[in-house]
Amino acid sequence: MADNLLSLRGLTKAYPGVIANDDVSFDIRHGEIHALLGENGAGKSTLVKMIYGLVKPDKGEMTFDGVPFAPAKPSDARSAGVAMVFQHFSLFEALDVAENVALGMENPPKPGDLARQIREVSETYGLPLDPTRTVGTLSAGERQRVEIIRCLLQDPRLLIMDEPTSVLTPQEVEILFKTLRKLKAEGTSILYISHKLEEIRSLCDHATILRLGQKVATCTPAETTARELAEMMVGASFSAPEAKPHSPGEVALKVDGLSLPAPGAFGTPLRDVSFELCAGEVLGIGGVAGNGQDELLAALSGERLAPAASVWLGPRDVSREGPIARRDAGLLSAPEERLGHAAAPNMSLIENAVLTGARRQGMLNNGMIQWGTARGFAEQVIRTFDVRTPGPGTAARALSGGNLQKYVIGREILQAPEVLVVNQPTWGVDAAAAAAIRQALLDLASQGAAILCISQDLDELMEISDRFGALNEGRLSAIRPVAGLSIDQIGLMMGGAHDMEVAHV
Amino acid sequence: MIHLERRPQPSRLWTATTPLIAVVLTMIVGGTMFAALGTDPFEAIRTIFWDPLFNTQFAGFTRPQLLVKAGPLILIAIGLSIGFRAGIWNIGAEGQYIMGAICGAAAGLALYPSESPLIFPLMILAGGLGGWAWAAIPAVLKTRFGTNEILVSLMLVYVAENVLASVSSGLLRNPEGMGFPGSRNFKEWDAAHNAEIVAGTGMHWGVVFAFIAVIAAYVLLTRHIQGFNIRLTGEAPRAARFSGVNPARIIFLCLGISGALAGLAGLFEVTGPAGQISIDFNSGYGFTAIIVAFLGRLNPIGILLAGLLMALTYIGGELAQLMLGLPGASIQLFQGMLLFFLLATDVFTNYRVRFGRSEVA
Amino acid sequence: MDLSAINPVLLVASVMVSATPILLAAIGEMVVEKSGVLNLGVEGMMITGAVVGFAVAVNSTSPGLGFVAAALAGALLSLSFGFLTQYLLSNQVATGLGLTLVGLGLSSLIGKPYEGMKTATLPKLDIPVLSDLPVVGRMLFSHDIMVYLSLALVAAVWAFLKYTRAGLILRAVGESHDSAHALGYKVVRVRLLAILFGGACAGLGGAYLSLVRVPQWTEGITAGAGWIALAIVVFASWRAGRVAVGAYLFGGITVLQLNLQAAGAAVPVALLSASPYLITILVLVIISARGMHGAPASLGRPFHAST
Repeated sequence: MADNLLSLRGLTKAYPGVIANDDVSFDIRHGEIHALLGENGAGKSTLVKMIYGLVKPDKGEMTFDGVPFAPAKPSDARSAGVAMVFQHFSLFEALDVAENVALGMENPPKPGDLARQIREVSETYGLPLDPTRTVGTLSAGERQRVEIIRCLLQDPRLLIMDEPTSVLTPQEVEILFKTLRKLKAEGTSILYISHKLEEIRSLCDHATILRLGQKVATCTPAETTARELAEMMVGASFSAPEAKPHSPGEVALKVDGLSLPAPGAFGTPLRDVSFELCAGEVLGIGGVAGNGQDELLAALSGERLAPAASVWLGPRDVSREGPIARRDAGLLSAPEERLGHAAAPNMSLIENAVLTGARRQGMLNNGMIQWGTARGFAEQVIRTFDVRTPGPGTAARALSGGNLQKYVIGREILQAPEVLVVNQPTWGVDAAAAAAIRQALLDLASQGAAILCISQDLDELMEISDRFGALNEGRLSAIRPVAGLSIDQIGLMMGGAHDMEVAHV
Repeated sequence: MIHLERRPQPSRLWTATTPLIAVVLTMIVGGTMFAALGTDPFEAIRTIFWDPLFNTQFAGFTRPQLLVKAGPLILIAIGLSIGFRAGIWNIGAEGQYIMGAICGAAAGLALYPSESPLIFPLMILAGGLGGWAWAAIPAVLKTRFGTNEILVSLMLVYVAENVLASVSSGLLRNPEGMGFPGSRNFKEWDAAHNAEIVAGTGMHWGVVFAFIAVIAAYVLLTRHIQGFNIRLTGEAPRAARFSGVNPARIIFLCLGISGALAGLAGLFEVTGPAGQISIDFNSGYGFTAIIVAFLGRLNPIGILLAGLLMALTYIGGELAQLMLGLPGASIQLFQGMLLFFLLATDVFTNYRVRFGRSEVA
Repeated sequence: MDLSAINPVLLVASVMVSATPILLAAIGEMVVEKSGVLNLGVEGMMITGAVVGFAVAVNSTSPGLGFVAAALAGALLSLSFGFLTQYLLSNQVATGLGLTLVGLGLSSLIGKPYEGMKTATLPKLDIPVLSDLPVVGRMLFSHDIMVYLSLALVAAVWAFLKYTRAGLILRAVGESHDSAHALGYKVVRVRLLAILFGGACAGLGGAYLSLVRVPQWTEGITAGAGWIALAIVVFASWRAGRVAVGAYLFGGITVLQLNLQAAGAAVPVALLSASPYLITILVLVIISARGMHGAPASLGRPFHAST
């Protein structure tokens, strides 16, 4: 087995109530790109954490380059030659690029030398980056470069990449793939985690598929169809949502020249956003994370007031009205962050029903909460949207991501909105629940509601939207019908004027 | 290895039992401390927790004191707990308590020696307003400029103490007091005296207001939408804004309520048990009430019980000082330890303790 | 009013003395907050340091030993805060308040027998040559060693945070404990060390009050100095140099109002004695109106490694 860089044998890791990895074995060869494929909750991240020394396996062993490998902490893994590019949580916004890189290295050189090395590596691999910039001011793509360069400076033998393309435009993805192929040609092995099938088919030499903590298969993705991969990943075929034919009605929501300053040091300002949304229509808004999605939702939900005459609900200017008045008028919304924004984690589902449903569902009588009515509504949401929970008295944080998402979206849909704004409605949700949520949105539209769906999942937007636009640095592209849009056109819309080639160095 | 695992939801059992465990732990550690000070720990614990209520010799005198001390503690703690629930940390209740007393007393003394029945209600109103106004300062600064309310409300305690020193030897000084600092004694002025309602029980108007506050706070927090908004703001501020709660309104509401209640407590104290405005009439109730609020789990009923317990330690502490020669400060430490142990055992409410291999932390 | 009674040389010299306790406490708290922990117990640790330092100095007749004991006492007390907040994940605001209440009770218990006693204080170090300079010599160069140590500590903290890897890790932990954890840094250990340092500094600051500034033990000797130290950290936008500026400004105000009182200024005494607190509020307002720049992003947030 001399051509294997890393071998996993029988890795098992259990958490209370759930087996994250059950007897997982596979090999990564020298100089190959190996995909790890699976749905959310399939056990990909636990597996990777074991390789990176963040989690200790209960059972099983690993060998790295023929030598037993059991990293007790990340620095052990790093010194063995394992480097990891995280999906979230590993950059420090208030620190500069060089400091961020230094924190990820075992023995960083002197600051001056480090800055020089960062420049060199970033030139070599086509990833321009200025070491003195504060990370908080970088775009998502640039932040990822920080992480990649941090890894490359340590001459890794195995590079782990966790969902690297979820924050990139199609053009940025191409640049990343070039870098990865170059690394592979130099003999570096790459473990590439994703659930995007086409990417894996075009990039990876082998793929290991995980489902519910167990290895389903290791295959050669180029010789497997996307459909076969999907079925191995999900375990069953599921029905894609169906759009019912409908004709758009009158303009339900009009946003006219909406500009808002950035909410905080690292937020995005909205710049002259304009669009019209008709009754019965689904408008999809795409874009890389951090380009004004949260800010747009806040401006529409009423959390942040907009300048007068910039947000119109039918004939009514609601720009200066807060969330309560907008809800009364029929404009409902569901933010991206479930815990802490759309729902209060420590409060029960009943209390979370009061959060947005208090007035529309008649839960108030002279300011006193009618808890019976609130419970009834919570139970209705749970029933209608198949939310798996012991009961409506359960705290929101006790629900799985997918179930809470169904509850949060269901809570708004059942209030029969005239306009519904959702941000990332299926983020981190398993395929079946995602399909159910998309179907519910389409059904709502077919009943005549206007739906604005903000999402970073292009497949989702293509599937459910009638028209599509993209946010880039707080600007909204022109809105185009989805029918006939090519991936290149979408990429250009998402990239705006801010392409990788002209990225500021 | 021991490690903690987050519970899917807070344990009700532990929420109720942690205060009791904290009390027991405090007794054990406190007893050890008393032993170190050369006092029999069992006798000390008995003197503090049992004798004030049941000792045949002096329980008749000490028992009414329970309500006298618990009244202001509960009144202030109820107000504080509402703010703490919303994540608004008013720790300057002592200052609001002083200012309420000063404003209430001043309103009354301006009309001396009238015997109108409206005098006392007017003083109550002025006392509440005084505390409210003093608490409105951090509220205004927080909503207008984002200034930290913890530091401002606390700084204002020291300012209030200086105001108190100034008025008790100046503006409000008893003109017939032969130049001694301190105001007229309200016990000698019927229209302004917060007398015992039922003789021998310690029940005065402040205690009545404390009970009303407990009930009102209970209804507010469990039934009313504003109470829901307060809890929501504390649990998840972003979710509260999404829901439509105006954060500035919550800040004014919470600081206003806690300031007014503290002001009322001050007024009832100065017209009743203390008797007069003097440079040191305040006795730290504003700070002890913080412990009461936490010990009562920020729950009105819990605060009622915690206030009674804390009052007991005050009386028992005085008794122990008298009978056993325990230093007065040891009770203060005792109360502080109680809060500490409560916070320490609180971990069981939200986490399960697991024995076994832990993850790399 | 007789303003000529105020001697500018003595004024500056006493500003340095009155600023030192707050400077010590504030620089410690700044390090704690840089690591992402808000310890509101500064007042409690300070006053415990004051009483322990005084008691040890009286018994050993060595003020130096008193300072060492005060630092240990402050650190020990902060350890309880660290244990509760870092291991038992208690609310940092509540625990800090509790620490203050415990410290106040503990100090008056320990201090009772020492009330009214006198102790040896730190000798003035007349720095050769410099202290002989006219005017500035007495103003700046004939203080006790703690005055210079406190300033050296500010410089050391500044250099530590800016230039060392450990300082970088500390800042990283304060900015994002999740990221730091993902990279394998021991968040809890880093924070505990910072908390201990903060406790020791607060203890030293308290001991400076009881051993040099006053110098004797009276109950409630800190009179809010710990809270003012917290305010100064905010004022300083979490920068070491500005902490020193803030502490000296505050020391200046304190000394000035005392001098004005002594000189019989035509301002009510209550207003003068309240002025340090009022000015602290004013400064907080000005700083916060400008925006909370520089606050560590994880400040006050509990960390639990849930893998």
